[in-house]
Amino acid sequence: MFTLTRTRTRLDRQFDRIRDLEEAGLNKKSNTSRALRKLLNNRLAMFGLAIFLIILLSSAFAPLLTSYDPLGVDMRSILKKPSLLHLFGTDKLGRDVFTRVLYGGRISIFVGLGSALGAAAIGVLLGAYGGYKGGWFDKTVIRFSEIFMSFPQLILVMMLVSIFGQGLSNLMIIFIITGWGSVYRLTRARMLSLREEEYVQSLKSFGLNDFVICYKHILPNAISPIVVNITLSTAMFILEESALSFLGLGVPLEIATWGNILNASQDLYTLQNTWWLWLPVGITISLFVMSINFVGDGLRDTTDPTQQG
Amino acid sequence: MESNKEVLVQLKGVKTYFPVRSGFFNKVVDHVQAVNDVDLTIYRGETLGLVGESGCGKTTLGKTIIQLVKATDGEINYNFGDTVGVHDLRHVSGEIEDLARKRIQIVFQDPYSSLNPAFTIYQSLRDPLAKFGVKDKEAQRNLIGNLLEAVNMRREYMDRYPHEFSGGQRQRIGIARALCVDPEMVVCDEAVSALDVSIQAQVLNLLKDLKRRLKLTYIFITHNLSVVEYISDRIAVMYLGRIVELAETSQIFDHTMHPYTEALLSAIPVVDPDHKTHRIVLEGDVPNPINPPSGCNFHPRCRQCMEICKTERPTLQKHIVDGKEHFTACHLYATAETRAE
Repeated sequence: MFTLTRTRTRLDRQFDRIRDLEEAGLNKKSNTSRALRKLLNNRLAMFGLAIFLIILLSSAFAPLLTSYDPLGVDMRSILKKPSLLHLFGTDKLGRDVFTRVLYGGRISIFVGLGSALGAAAIGVLLGAYGGYKGGWFDKTVIRFSEIFMSFPQLILVMMLVSIFGQGLSNLMIIFIITGWGSVYRLTRARMLSLREEEYVQSLKSFGLNDFVICYKHILPNAISPIVVNITLSTAMFILEESALSFLGLGVPLEIATWGNILNASQDLYTLQNTWWLWLPVGITISLFVMSINFVGDGLRDTTDPTQQG
Repeated sequence: MESNKEVLVQLKGVKTYFPVRSGFFNKVVDHVQAVNDVDLTIYRGETLGLVGESGCGKTTLGKTIIQLVKATDGEINYNFGDTVGVHDLRHVSGEIEDLARKRIQIVFQDPYSSLNPAFTIYQSLRDPLAKFGVKDKEAQRNLIGNLLEAVNMRREYMDRYPHEFSGGQRQRIGIARALCVDPEMVVCDEAVSALDVSIQAQVLNLLKDLKRRLKLTYIFITHNLSVVEYISDRIAVMYLGRIVELAETSQIFDHTMHPYTEALLSAIPVVDPDHKTHRIVLEGDVPNPINPPSGCNFHPRCRQCMEICKTERPTLQKHIVDGKEHFTACHLYATAETRAE
């Protein structure tokens, strides 16, 4: 006789535990929402959330973690290798890189996540209604989105900077103005196909309000590509911020952002000989973007009722 | 029998056209004449079968009646009863419109797209119920539970998601949803076409049972003639947006008048290997509803086509066959003579 053996996984143990509880008659109906339980049960998402929170909190509480000033020039310790004194070493002006990465996170996260969420809010709001309702509203908005998307971002940035001056909020406004189009088109395309589903017709036959049908009943079915888009555009905006800062159009160069730190090491000598100038911040950006992607994936799975958690 | 029939809906010259746009400025170049000049009376408590091949406008007619599609022209007079009276559904608003939404409901064809996949049954029914006055959560749950039991399902199913159900179950949930506002008339748009034959019978019997218990009126849209024979009191046969024949079910099957109906009926399969079928095979395709043929719509495919059919459009005429009313639109019976059988 053969005995079937296989490695027992985490799920096996979980099911055993649930069965034991059931047999003992202790299995209570959970009070937490199903979506939250699914998210908590998703290991990858929780791992992503942990990294996300670590980076976010250490940026927010930077003064508690480091005693250096991110702008403090120290000519006696230039280009020092990482040591206990300077965890990530020092840069060409003797500033502590670890401190600059922490403080830089404040601005980069704010710009990246803020612009992505702002652009998504506008895009989803307009796209869902336009796609559902069609007509002149949809036609007008889609033309506007085309105008904004075809406009070279650089020229728009220069225009706004020349009018309003350099600054963080201008940067975010520009990102939102140029970024809402893609979310809008994504949402609209989803709504165009979803509005033909028969459950929408049924809601219409009850004479429900268009806004209720559109935002409450249909939008949840369109949310997964939007969530993925938000995570991707967060990463994109963080990198774009660095590019614009490098051109002197974004955040002033002396202010520490992840992009500015990276840009300061854009020459071959730095890349080859002083790896601590760019590697830590590069890893931080990658980790942050990755963690957002994991959380986004997890969120998408929790909003999809056909996936068990 | 004749005297106690109360008219529930009366359609007068209903037309539903869809614009065909093309060109640079999206100009309307033509119209698809999906429903063309339909006169139809539906009596309270009856089941009217609406049959015809694909694309003949039967679904559009159903959707026009429940105002999912706006009619281009004509009147849809709905009898709301003594206190409210008769109103044309095309021109109602506010309270009367809401009342109409409550009185007429629809069951859809595709059980897989007719329920919102993101919501449980309870969640997707909450808003319609709240709109029609059931705002308390316990009352809502109670009502939905009762409805699910009425369609032979368990109360607890209201907290499940659509993907947890089979096709037949979903269709029954679709029926329960239509019934949740306590309607008088239900338009069943191909309600059993997507189901297995065994499940079809189950759902049809459920519909019959519900009709008796809740005193419903059905408009039963289908292309399946056996189904329509089983469930309908009267049958209307549509061809290219027009009604070509309308009579009681037995009349249609026993005293077929219109050549199109004849062809349609000859296509019903018979479960008997020795049965010799005399199939009437129609030649050609259904003409383009953008540009229907002159005269009688059916004349290019009709075996009994006459000269007059090519030029003059026949109207729906009342005949008395075998002592019963029988409407048909065909020049073969132009003299309104009773057909000797």
